Amino acid sequence: MNFIDNPGKLHNFQKRGFEKNIKVEKISRRNILKGLGITGGFVLAAPVMTRQAFAYETGAGKMPHGVVVDPRVFVAVAPDGIVTILAHRSEMGTGVRTSLPLIVAEEMEADWSKVKVQQAHGDEVKFGNQDTDGSRSTRHYLVPMRQIGASARTMLEQAAAKRWGVPATEVKAVNHEVVHSASGRKLGFGELAADAAKESVPAVEGLKLKDPKDFRYLGKGEVGIVDLHDITTGKARYGADVRLPGMKYAVIARPPVTGGKLTSFDPDAALKVPGVEKVMKVQGWPWPSKFQPLGGVAVIARNTGAAIKGRDALKLVWDDGANAKYDSVAYRKELEEASRKPGLVLRKEGDADVALKSADKVVVGEYYIPHLAHVSMEPPVAVADVKGDKAEIWAPVQSPGGTREDVAKTLGIPEGNVTVNVTLLGGGFGRKSKCDYALEAALLSKELGAPVKVQWTREDDIHNGFLHTVSVERIEAGLDKDGKVIAWRHRSVAPSIASTFAAGTVHQASFEIGMGLVDMPFEIANISCENPEAAAHTRIGWFRSVSNIPRAFAVQSMVGEIANATGRDQKETLLALIGSPRIVKPAVKDLWNYGEPYDSYPIDTARLRRVVELVADKGEWGRQVPKGHGLGIAVHRSFVSYIATIVEVAVDEKGKLTVPRVDTAIDCGTYVNPERVASQIEGAAIMGLSLAKYGAITFKDGKVEQNNFDDFQVVRIDEAPLVTNVHIVPPGPDTPPSGVGEPGVPPFAPALINAIFAATGKRIRTLPIGKQLEA
Amino acid sequence: MIKVKINGQEQSWDGDPDLPLLWFLRDEAGLTGTKFGCGKALCGACTVIVDKEAVRSCITSINDVAGREVTTIEGLHPDGDHPVQKAWRQVNVPQCGFCQAGQIMQAAALLMDNPKPSHDQIREAMSGNICRCGCYQRIENAVHLASTGV
Repeated sequence: MNFIDNPGKLHNFQKRGFEKNIKVEKISRRNILKGLGITGGFVLAAPVMTRQAFAYETGAGKMPHGVVVDPRVFVAVAPDGIVTILAHRSEMGTGVRTSLPLIVAEEMEADWSKVKVQQAHGDEVKFGNQDTDGSRSTRHYLVPMRQIGASARTMLEQAAAKRWGVPATEVKAVNHEVVHSASGRKLGFGELAADAAKESVPAVEGLKLKDPKDFRYLGKGEVGIVDLHDITTGKARYGADVRLPGMKYAVIARPPVTGGKLTSFDPDAALKVPGVEKVMKVQGWPWPSKFQPLGGVAVIARNTGAAIKGRDALKLVWDDGANAKYDSVAYRKELEEASRKPGLVLRKEGDADVALKSADKVVVGEYYIPHLAHVSMEPPVAVADVKGDKAEIWAPVQSPGGTREDVAKTLGIPEGNVTVNVTLLGGGFGRKSKCDYALEAALLSKELGAPVKVQWTREDDIHNGFLHTVSVERIEAGLDKDGKVIAWRHRSVAPSIASTFAAGTVHQASFEIGMGLVDMPFEIANISCENPEAAAHTRIGWFRSVSNIPRAFAVQSMVGEIANATGRDQKETLLALIGSPRIVKPAVKDLWNYGEPYDSYPIDTARLRRVVELVADKGEWGRQVPKGHGLGIAVHRSFVSYIATIVEVAVDEKGKLTVPRVDTAIDCGTYVNPERVASQIEGAAIMGLSLAKYGAITFKDGKVEQNNFDDFQVVRIDEAPLVTNVHIVPPGPDTPPSGVGEPGVPPFAPALINAIFAATGKRIRTLPIGKQLEA
Repeated sequence: MIKVKINGQEQSWDGDPDLPLLWFLRDEAGLTGTKFGCGKALCGACTVIVDKEAVRSCITSINDVAGREVTTIEGLHPDGDHPVQKAWRQVNVPQCGFCQAGQIMQAAALLMDNPKPSHDQIREAMSGNICRCGCYQRIENAVHLASTGV
């Protein structure tokens, strides 16, 4: 009924490079899965912490609390046969709440229509690391989830073999049953649940994993996300949707300048607003305040509308503090000046200074990207119920374990007394890795002695967020007389995320310089990567793809500039710079490499070249385009994946741009759900287009100048690319999985900018594009 | 006392008549399918159907809908099988899903008004609804699918 029986019809203007008909099955989960009813199931003993024993190493074991491989923690089989699998990572739109349990179901031979997914609460000792960030979930959990599934399957098989009195080697789990083919006997998973629970957990080292050719679900893209029906019927529960008996609704007036403090306030007018019950101060922490609340004044009401109206009526006096003069125009000048002088040298090969002086031609590009706000559709929101020394939180958080820890610290209670219930996230993009909103709710609930929901408005989200950094990336490329690049000096100047944690931070952290600066893969003899100082004047945080956005914009724009300076094709220039297919020797000690061991995840220029060639082939690089149109290309390795994008742009005589077509090739190694890989890449093109066209948060007198979606615009459907094609590189047999959620964003803007140059001859070096193309 | 019919059920309100319908729906009536995204009619996450028209409930007061019929995502179809909802599932539209109720209500209102919209008409009618995840291509496909038979 809900099968797409004619994918060609459905996708007639949504071509896909993934050479497979994406068939989508809607599983009527709500009818099958009623209640948990885990009786006599696997959920028994204390968790067992097991270090990974992977076919390849990942950085998973080095994350806080590492990996837990234990079927008793993640899987329960009920006597009625329903298999419950825990999702311990947060769902913000990537599909991870489906993908990770699907891996377990695949390996344990569970029938997906009899699987119920249950969200784990925040408890990293029990579940292992839960920080859903850094495009890590599939990368770190493909193997552990397979091992968990294989363990569960083995335990079910052993239970059946004992029941029948036959060797375990003679029985086999097949689609929710264990069968003994010699005798034709079969037992359902439900019938075996109680006995299987008594089996000991097999050693990870001895587990037999399925042969990938027998996969029913993995790599197929045929299973819809578990929340699909609930999302389309309004039943899906996000943080904002949590309602508790006696719950109060709160909004908070926060300091308009980062680091500012409340001087005085007058609550009288607010208290007269119908529905407002109370006005109270909220504790703030001194800047840099990490993830702690900024403080301010909360208005407590019987509904959110009354609370907002009450807040509008507050009279507030602030002391703006040390950042009162933050001004984006002046700050840009500071960054530009810093980029023109030598800075802390992070990477040095050959002598770029000498080579630049002796070069036949030097191409210089100074690229600017302002602050960006995440503006997830669900603004930050949290519900807290604090009773005595116990706290329960319901919130859309990317870091359930971190939230638990921070709530405990903030309230001064033991971590074990804090329960963090993870709701669906209405978008995250890194904003919801910081749990300040949950801490606000906890503080207010404690003081009120009642459950409280703290709702951020869109203005709050834009004014008081953890912004993407602002940066100047200056690149000087020296060419010899044949047009070969012999020198490369890249200075990156941007306030660091580390400034949110440590006062006085002026240099970027290793994870930031490892995003496209010191790991730049071009084969050039003389390279210097430098980081002049930049101090922060607002809260800086992770934003989807983080420093890769300015780096890819600068480096890949420079490739376009070199192509233009030498009169060569963009793609050929790009391939020439990438150079020979090789494993790049890390140019710096302790290269961050997204937390992954270099042996498993080296910089492999063969893979970088392959996505360029693939996108050029499928995206018909070099095709004739109409007048006013142009093609641009860019490639970037981030989150240990390789992505190349071709954008076709059309710029009309008034300077209005449209995007007729986008092609992206991604090599993310082994993937679980190619249909969700495609959706992430489609969405990344929209986010890339948004930041390129409009993205700018600016400051004047220390305050953010934008307020809502009218002055911080994002792309709407009528501006979306007409066609977005996603081409997924088929993985080799043992290619480790790599990131998907973030890597699609960085190459988009430079591909667009290179396309605009091809269409118009105008080189954009300042984002957003805004009105720069208007005559 | 303000009376309004929501998803076929009579509801009443004797509080602030200026209370935005959005907050009445979510916080007073417990219908949390309708979402808050901007509060200024800029994003469409709060879209509901009043009589036969899509409106932004964040800037519509409860008083504005007195005596009228409001349909929210919860009331669009008793089993969630409105053609738009079915099409949405077939095309696997959502990523995070937060804006989708508003998108679906907007699309349902569009098809009431124009059962066979062109692609340009779809893009125009849906341009008030922001999806930060960027599901636009699939939204367009799903509206098209719903209009041609699911």
